Amino acid sequence: MAKDLPPPYTALTRHEMMPRVTHDEAARFNFLTHFNRYLSGTIGAGNKLAYEKRVLPAFRAEHGRDPEHRYEVRDAMNRDAWHRMWSALKRNSMEMRQHFGRQVVLRQLDELDAMARQYNEHSGQLELDPAIEQPHYQTAVDIHCQPGGYHGEERPGDVTVGANYDVGLFATTGGALGGLNDGGGQAVVNWVKAERPDWSPKRILDIGCTIGHNAVPIAQAFPDAEVIAIDTAAASLRYGAARAAAMGVRNIRFVQASGEDLARWTDGHFDWVQTTMFLHELSTKAMPRILAEAHRVLAPGGLILHIEQPQYSDAMPLFEQFMRDWDAFNNNEPFWSAMHGQDLKQVMADAGFPQDAQFVAGVRAVVDPAIFPPSPDEGKEDYGRAAIWNAYGAWKPLAAETQVAA
Amino acid sequence: MSAPDAPLDWVELSGRRAKGRRPDYFDNPALDRLYSTVFALAAEVSALRERQDTIERLLDAKGTLSRADIEAYEPDRAAGEERGLATRAYVARIMRGFQQEVEALEASDPPIMDVVERLSRE
Ligand SMILES: C[S@@+](CC[C@H](N)C(=O)[O-])C[C@H]1O[C@@H](n2cnc3c(N)ncnc32)[C@H](O)[C@@H]1O
Repeated sequence: MAKDLPPPYTALTRHEMMPRVTHDEAARFNFLTHFNRYLSGTIGAGNKLAYEKRVLPAFRAEHGRDPEHRYEVRDAMNRDAWHRMWSALKRNSMEMRQHFGRQVVLRQLDELDAMARQYNEHSGQLELDPAIEQPHYQTAVDIHCQPGGYHGEERPGDVTVGANYDVGLFATTGGALGGLNDGGGQAVVNWVKAERPDWSPKRILDIGCTIGHNAVPIAQAFPDAEVIAIDTAAASLRYGAARAAAMGVRNIRFVQASGEDLARWTDGHFDWVQTTMFLHELSTKAMPRILAEAHRVLAPGGLILHIEQPQYSDAMPLFEQFMRDWDAFNNNEPFWSAMHGQDLKQVMADAGFPQDAQFVAGVRAVVDPAIFPPSPDEGKEDYGRAAIWNAYGAWKPLAAETQVAA
Repeated sequence: MSAPDAPLDWVELSGRRAKGRRPDYFDNPALDRLYSTVFALAAEVSALRERQDTIERLLDAKGTLSRADIEAYEPDRAAGEERGLATRAYVARIMRGFQQEVEALEASDPPIMDVVERLSRE
């Protein structure tokens, strides 16, 4: 029984930069963790039942065939009373998470901004470039219904969006990412260490790091390496750099740069290029540009690794694809659907990673089980929110191997 | 965006909307608004319940308390689980209508008139 319960908010590790929460602010997040689990667990099943019992039969009666695309399932389900109520509940939960988080952050913004400024002036771990703009695929809508997106400012130089991201992730993920919300990065580290126990990468690039939740654990696991964590959003980087400094992690630098143009790094500069939950927030034109740049700056023999939810395939039932698409249309994730519909192996191959150098591995969040129960996944499929991901990767062939393959 | 030194009205700013058109979930917009209010209230009641629990636990342990004690209180593992269970049970109470609708979907009961008619015959 106890293992089904999410931990209380106060189980989170409160690093120095983490906004302080009052008793009731923590309690509101506790409500949301439970509420979210309830929506996906206890009553989530209603969507499939509605589909099988009435939506699909009605579709067959009308069209004389089964749906052929997840969008047909969506159109039909969006007319279903149950699915609409369930979606309204879930949308409200996301909006509450933002509102509650912003209240926590904004009421103490003066302190947070001052602290971030201090850390960043002293650590030398933040490098901003005002010439870098937040790309259009990030500004068309505020992703995740996060007011201000990853880049917006309440006043010049503030850390609101980064701090709000940190303070509320716990509620959205039901506490499944661990005390520092870094269960994904830790999973990557475990995978790499199991796969290549003797590998010691020296230069690591994380593209689209946001506040570094999953880049910091890589820096911690490879203390001799230098991690460069880039993002286009200064407002997130300011908080992320201060957070890493506050945690005492020194071998990571937060640099404002776009993955579409890595010209400041020479060919083969990095031993490892990492993206985590990043590719699905790009656009059809940006993704291949970024992957080609990643290929160029990656050294032969180096690792490229992308952590994402599983791609859709013909083997995945249309209903599951539709449910996994929910965030695209209801939580402002406009590239989610198209990205997951692509053949990522082919996209990677076009960027220069031969198919036979690629692999797909399953990874799940690594959290301290003494405090954080594992993600509720058994029998309660969370369609894109459980802390289980696919790692899409490749070891870049050495020059000789490429010649043989060519 | 405000000037760097102007004091922020955090209450007003916190409610800022995310850019992007919000889907209408119901034909009557009043229902969409009502959902927002009802579930924000649900979160508030949950927070109040937790606060009450904190007060009771502190009184049990110390016989007296201050506001600072309440703010500083962090449940230990056992208390965290008890409170987690209480919150779970609370969510189950306010969500009963939705949960029973899922059960009803599963069961596909006929309309009650069918049963009434059958019993009048059989
Ligand atoms: C979903 S978040 C990534 C989460 C993060 N990797 C983690 O593990 O916590 C996507 C991030 O990518 C950034 N981004 C979007 N386009 C980018 C680009 N072209 N180059 C670098 N960063 C970009 C956004 O600003 C945002 O912070």
